[in-house]
Amino acid sequence: MLSTSLLLAIVLAPLLGAVLAGLLGRQIGRAGAHGVTILGVGIACVLSFYVFYQLVWGGAPDYDQNIYTWFQVAGIGAHVGFLIDRLSAMMMVVVSFVSLMVHIYTIGYMADDDGYQRFFSYIALFTFFMLMLVMSNNFLQLFFGWEGVGLVSYLLIGFWFKKPSASFAGMKAFIVNRVGDLGFVLGIAAALHFLGSLDYGTAFAHAPSLVGRSIQIIPGHPWSAATVICILLFIGAMGKSAQVPLHVWLPDSMEGPTPISALIHAATMVTAGVFMVARMSPLFELSTTALSVVLVIGATGAFFLGLIGITQWDIKRVVAYSTLSQLGYMMAALGASAYAAGMFHLMTHAFFKALLFLGAGSVIMAMHHEQDMRYMGGLRRYMPVTYLTMWVGSLALCGIPPFAGFYSKDAIIEAVGASHVWGASYAYWCVLLGVFVTATYTFRMMYLTFHGKERFHVDAHAGHGHDDAHGEAHGERGVLAHAPHESPWVVTLPLVLLAIPSLLIGIFTVWPLLYGNFFGSAIVVAPAHDVLAEMAAHFHGVLALTLHAVFTAPFWIAVAGIVVTSYVYLLNPAMADAVKRVLGPVYRVVDNKFYFDEVYNALFARGSVALGQALWKGADVGAIDGVMVNGSASLVDRVARRARTLQSGFLYHYAFAMIVGLILLLAGFLLVPHA
Amino acid sequence: MSHWPFLSLLIWLPIVGAAPVLLAGERRPRLARWLALLTALATLAVNLAMLPGFDYGSAAMQFTESHPWITALHVNYALGVDGIAMALILLTTLTTVLVIIGAWEVIQSRVHQYMAAMLVLQGFMIGVFAATDALLFYVFFEAQLIPMFLIIGVWGGPRRVYASLKFFLYTFLGSIFMLIGLIYLYLKSGTFDIAAWQTLPLGMNAQTWLFFAFLLAFAVKIPMVPVHTWLPDAHVEAPTGGSVVLAAVMLKIGAYGLIRFALPVTPDAAQHYAWLVVALSLIAVIYIGYVALVQEDMKKLVAYSSIAHMGFVTLGLFIVFMLIRAQHLDAAQLGLQGAMVQMISHGFVSGALFTSIGVMYDRLHTRLIKDYGGLARVMPWFAIFMVFFAMANTGLPGTSGFVGEFMVILASFAANPWLALLAAFTLVIGAGYTLWLVKRVVWGEPANAHVEAMPDINAREALVLAAFAAFTLFIGIWPEPLVKLLDPSVNQLVQMLGHSKL
Repeated sequence: MLSTSLLLAIVLAPLLGAVLAGLLGRQIGRAGAHGVTILGVGIACVLSFYVFYQLVWGGAPDYDQNIYTWFQVAGIGAHVGFLIDRLSAMMMVVVSFVSLMVHIYTIGYMADDDGYQRFFSYIALFTFFMLMLVMSNNFLQLFFGWEGVGLVSYLLIGFWFKKPSASFAGMKAFIVNRVGDLGFVLGIAAALHFLGSLDYGTAFAHAPSLVGRSIQIIPGHPWSAATVICILLFIGAMGKSAQVPLHVWLPDSMEGPTPISALIHAATMVTAGVFMVARMSPLFELSTTALSVVLVIGATGAFFLGLIGITQWDIKRVVAYSTLSQLGYMMAALGASAYAAGMFHLMTHAFFKALLFLGAGSVIMAMHHEQDMRYMGGLRRYMPVTYLTMWVGSLALCGIPPFAGFYSKDAIIEAVGASHVWGASYAYWCVLLGVFVTATYTFRMMYLTFHGKERFHVDAHAGHGHDDAHGEAHGERGVLAHAPHESPWVVTLPLVLLAIPSLLIGIFTVWPLLYGNFFGSAIVVAPAHDVLAEMAAHFHGVLALTLHAVFTAPFWIAVAGIVVTSYVYLLNPAMADAVKRVLGPVYRVVDNKFYFDEVYNALFARGSVALGQALWKGADVGAIDGVMVNGSASLVDRVARRARTLQSGFLYHYAFAMIVGLILLLAGFLLVPHA
Repeated sequence: MSHWPFLSLLIWLPIVGAAPVLLAGERRPRLARWLALLTALATLAVNLAMLPGFDYGSAAMQFTESHPWITALHVNYALGVDGIAMALILLTTLTTVLVIIGAWEVIQSRVHQYMAAMLVLQGFMIGVFAATDALLFYVFFEAQLIPMFLIIGVWGGPRRVYASLKFFLYTFLGSIFMLIGLIYLYLKSGTFDIAAWQTLPLGMNAQTWLFFAFLLAFAVKIPMVPVHTWLPDAHVEAPTGGSVVLAAVMLKIGAYGLIRFALPVTPDAAQHYAWLVVALSLIAVIYIGYVALVQEDMKKLVAYSSIAHMGFVTLGLFIVFMLIRAQHLDAAQLGLQGAMVQMISHGFVSGALFTSIGVMYDRLHTRLIKDYGGLARVMPWFAIFMVFFAMANTGLPGTSGFVGEFMVILASFAANPWLALLAAFTLVIGAGYTLWLVKRVVWGEPANAHVEAMPDINAREALVLAAFAAFTLFIGIWPEPLVKLLDPSVNQLVQMLGHSKL
């Protein structure tokens, strides 16, 4: 049995750490701040593993209870409570483990930063919100955690708030996410309206009643209620999980310190949308239209956003576009009703992508906060641990057997191939070609960073990068004050601890997760959509699956990508420029990220300000105040001026007026017929 | 019933207490401040003492008092509170204490008069919420204009005369129509008892005229588009304390008037014209949101933000009619609750934001956004509060700003998904104008040498902001106590609105 106090401890321990580090940062000092937050998140992590163990091996039943009533109005209740089944337990383990790794790493990464305590407070607070999100048993608390992680993301992207680009990126992330949340809130409202409850249990129990019910969004065009609910909820997921066309905030989020790029913008927060859709599987299964939307949008991102990664020079941005592409893979899996495969990829991705980001951070530290790969190269000699662990992450990302990513990505591609919903064949091509793209940007990044000639030189007289604030203008680029060196153990330890699951976790979990009905009743799949069951028929053990890879298209596509990239970046560096020239217009479109930012800027940012100006000056100041308010005041003024001249003080004026008035009165009396 | 005349005490304690504050005189500002604070604290204590005796399960008026006042016109000095009034009175007594602490060193001229005006204003505002006799309500409604007029006109900014006159005339214009309505209802019923009017049968024609008379009077006060333009001017010129009271409490008087008069006295007309008010509310949310986006003066920005947030109050109140017609009674109650919770929440959040702007103004004597920047570095504690209240203003879950908006959006969807969509647009535009303000004021490098020299908040300012933050957080994390307080009255009102008077 899982006890309520145990679950409360899991969420409250990181919160307490965050509050102590945030409000008493000066009193408890740096060591105190990282001490309390690591203790808090450590408790959450250990207890999460315990909960996971109890559920999977200890025979504990699922936990679904309310803690307290948030509000109760007539028949509509909103509560705070926990639903702990295998789906949430897996997320708890992933979130708290990656968070703990990032906490430890941060000791090294932020060592020189003034905002040390503030940073620890934020990431512990993030862990609290994220755990509230995944452990929720209702829509309200889901939204609480959802917006809460958004808040911390905003604060952390803008962590170096003195940089205008950082505070802008934070604001952009929040507002773009709010566009998604607009859909999400309406989705919650629709779910409440049709299912009668904000609690998952009751709502999902009523889900079958949605069949046949419709809603007229546009008069005369009834839409299926399930489709409307699911698409609205998915719009929320598009914001948080950075799906096309709401992905624009994620690359800019790289303005934040690297540890949070790993934690928030790769491993956990951005996967909240994937988790949410998986959680809502009883609803999504009722609408093939919604599944198609999820599939097509996910697959589009998987291919096209990955392409952008090939053109980037900033090492973090490459990994960021890779994240966009991988999130697309996860969504595509959900759209194909292979929820378990999506969650599987979420888990493996959390490990290897956190590893890649933290590795990139380690490189950035060695390069004195230089992020441009054009000034790197040959770093493998200086930082062997970072080098090797990043290779583990890269191979996992490319889906090379037997690394973790192979099992999850391969399952997604196969599931999408087996799907029959509308758009499935387009999606299949996207996820298949996405493998080539993935291999290309990954190997390009590794070669540019660690292999080839050094494109920097060491000059002891050059200014020291650590003294100034992070990311601010350096002296001459490509000049380092001293040779790059391997990062301290607090940085490399998390790399190693993340490399282990990146290598092994797929082998051990592929069978139970995909085919062993691991998630049980937490995920519902309609028999007609059950692609994983089809795939299970061909499954003959992990070893066979691994060896069989060499007979499959994704494997050879990945190899092709690796071969091409190796040739271009190791053997014939001039090729890259030649290819760039040949593909001129295509390259420009991709390099400019398909012009999303430019269009949004013109349309929404500048457009809104222009509209606001027009409304304010035109309507508020012009029409209402100018004409109505001050206008009526000046009308009174004018009338009064005229009226004043009437009171001339001359008796004959008054007498004359009286006579005229009398005549008019009499005339009226005579002329108007009496009723 | 034998109990203390708690409500009379609440009304007259601050008004009578204003006399010794005035007598302290120009020369003894310290004494005036302390007397004012003690009076406000005593009023708050009386208010809190009422809570144990309050019946949370009843929708009836409680702590009632009734004495003949003008016998010839059957006017009574009649007081009473239900959950709705109680919540608003609590908001008033809490806010007044914070405003008096907030003005401690800020107001330096005529301290005794300022403090006395605040106390008198508090008494009149409580009177508005506690009156169960329409004429008494009207008297308090008009009377509270006078101290506010003085607060803006005497302690205000350079254009204070224009602003205070605009404020006075705008509100006065509306209330004349209300007076006509009240007289009509008296002639029709022979009483000024509001409860009796709520059951008085009225034809559609009469209801329509009355409805628009009330709507005009209270729409100005809320304020609703298009009669809102006095508010930005009043806020800009008002001293910080005036702005806080104006935003936190006085705007609610308009919505309270709608709840007491327009809704239950003329339910059929309100039902018939609900679409109009709903449309104006949504215009307030969206149109005003865009206008707020381009403001260069922080106070104007928050003033426009107030109008947009009050749009949720009127939306919640009038969406009820659409929901009743569609037989969604649970959702109707949720919408009404949302409107009420939004009122209380807006009291704390807007009060806190105006206090924050006051803190900045006291240091730099400018309200223009472009004069600021980088406060996070020079005033880190202030920045924490500012970002917190900004988030509450954007309706972040966990803060009170979320609760009411969430309830209203949920309820609106049941009426019509498009209404919910337009209302939910506040998520985006609200985040837009609020976070852009924060970006320009709080983040970045300190804008200039003056900003560089700004000291962080002192203990007194921290106390006020922390109190606002505590209320905002409490309602955000656990709204149920507030919802419970309001619930019987809200439930009864929904029942009442469902019955036609024709």
